[in-house]
Amino acid sequence: MRARWHILVVDDEEAMTESLAAWLREDGYTVDTASSGREAIEKARGREYAIYFVDLKMPGLDGIETMMEIRKLQKEASVIVITAYATVDTAIAAMKEGAQEYVVKPCHPQEISLLVERIIRVKNLQRENAILRRKLTRQYRFHDLVSKSPRMIEIFDLVREIASQRSTVLVQGESGTGKELVARAIHFSGDRGEGPFVAVSCAALAETLLESELFGHEKGSFTGAVAQKQGKFELADGGTLFLDEIGDISPKLQVDLLRVLQERRFFRVGGTTEIAVDVRVIAATHRDLAADVREGRFRDDLYYRLNVINVQIPPLRDRREDVPLLAQEFLDRLSHELGREVTGISEEGLRVLMDHDWPGNVRELENAVERAVVTCKTGVLGAEDFVFLARAAAPAAPGLSLPAGLTLQELEREYIAATLRRTEGNVKAAAEALGIDRSTLYEKVKRYEIPR
Amino acid sequence: LSVLAVAPFGPVPGAVLSAMEAALGGAFRLPVVRGDPVDEPARAFTPARAQWSSTVLLEELLARVPPAAARLLGVTERDLFVPVLSFVYGQAQLGGRVAVVSLARLRPEFHGLPPAPAALARRAATEAVHEVGHTFGLVHCLDRRCPMSLSIDLADLDGKTATPCPACAKHLEGSREMRRTRERTEGVRT
Repeated sequence: MRARWHILVVDDEEAMTESLAAWLREDGYTVDTASSGREAIEKARGREYAIYFVDLKMPGLDGIETMMEIRKLQKEASVIVITAYATVDTAIAAMKEGAQEYVVKPCHPQEISLLVERIIRVKNLQRENAILRRKLTRQYRFHDLVSKSPRMIEIFDLVREIASQRSTVLVQGESGTGKELVARAIHFSGDRGEGPFVAVSCAALAETLLESELFGHEKGSFTGAVAQKQGKFELADGGTLFLDEIGDISPKLQVDLLRVLQERRFFRVGGTTEIAVDVRVIAATHRDLAADVREGRFRDDLYYRLNVINVQIPPLRDRREDVPLLAQEFLDRLSHELGREVTGISEEGLRVLMDHDWPGNVRELENAVERAVVTCKTGVLGAEDFVFLARAAAPAAPGLSLPAGLTLQELEREYIAATLRRTEGNVKAAAEALGIDRSTLYEKVKRYEIPR
Repeated sequence: LSVLAVAPFGPVPGAVLSAMEAALGGAFRLPVVRGDPVDEPARAFTPARAQWSSTVLLEELLARVPPAAARLLGVTERDLFVPVLSFVYGQAQLGGRVAVVSLARLRPEFHGLPPAPAALARRAATEAVHEVGHTFGLVHCLDRRCPMSLSIDLADLDGKTATPCPACAKHLEGSREMRRTRERTEGVRT
């Protein structure tokens, strides 16, 4: 088992490198040697060693310089400096620069064996921990979705079940809950997975542009149509078309879309030839589409055509058990991507995340972790790294709807009332969220006659 | 004949050599012979440390491996060292042909205790199996009773037996080097 751990011994005196290497090999480790700092750095470029034994006094690059170069290549490297009695002071300086230990040569055999054993034991635990963590995440992972919430796991099961059908799917959920990720999971776990996945945000484009975007156009069909263009329906042939923000499309497009869904064929804008496609449509919206239908804003026939299979993604605040899992997942990925050495989240930090309401859902959590990783100074995300959440919470407070035509004073009254509702009447918390002091808040509550 | 040979550097008690030979025969199931005494090379002595270089003794042994011997184990009363360590009980070429065991620190007298010839013979026997085990490619074993476990002090050493644990024995018998050695021995016998 020990042979999988590689150790590099660096010393310009061959007798030293060889005798230490031989001793460590008898202990079962795989050992390489280097006779200079340069050679050691070259070898460190080629492979990652669990432990580096580095002699302090070497011609050319000395031990400390060598160690610093190695640690640039491998941040986690354990360096043990070897020193003679005369240079113990330098060894202490090396410890300050990040050496894990130092040994004075000639040293007692017990010292080296125990030292190496101790470091390897920690590395074994770290490796085990990383494997377990990966296993745990894998257990809660479905494509790019990570969750251990029973409601989400039901969704994963549903996705598996419907993945290979052609029925239209309507994915509903608040912004940032991962509607597109669910759509992708449906696409990639079904037999269309090899085909294209084409996503269109219906809210981003004006009606005419969206029409040409979806169905394509013929050359000269409108100003600016300088060439023939394939629409998203054609591009998604044999695969899946994801229509995000479907609740925002115009009545005319609702009719066009209904026709495609019914007949699986359409005309390009300005075209005369009907084009047949084999496309599965997954639509998504953050709106209450049933209410839009009741109020006449959305065609009921299209609604029923889209809503063959309904997937309702719960907001993050209703599945708080996912917060630590997702936060760790984002931390692992972002600390790597951003090149920041942030290894974990403290209990206090986690408590802040658990207490937050996440109006922006998983996307907000991801952004929060990214912001905290960038500004973190300690290597572990603590409560202080998430202070911005408390400030952000106020404007995003749910339960505040503003009718048009309010005066500024009325707006202030409404906003204070909403904040107090959110803090369940806690004046201190409301004042903090509003960025004013308590006495000012009391005064305003009194002036506006806000009930508490 | 492929055998293990044990050669003393200078005067070494015969009873200790016999105990080492018996343990080696039992552990490796190979014939063991007493080799000719070897002169200690003067260059092995290092005045600055007042100790003897085990590496130099290994070099000397390597030049004197009898043609019929698969392995040669040297035994010395000298206190041995390797450059990076303050002392060693013995040293071996890992997967090589020679090994050396020092009796100096195995003697209770070295630690200010009364002589104990039986304990000395037992420790020397265990150390012999340990060092020769390295020449067959065995590395340190985590089983504290196995002769291949690492001994840092006499308490460690006294807790060990001279018979390799089942895992080390299996590794030994499965090794290409041991199979080759055994084939040579069998070939000569038949």
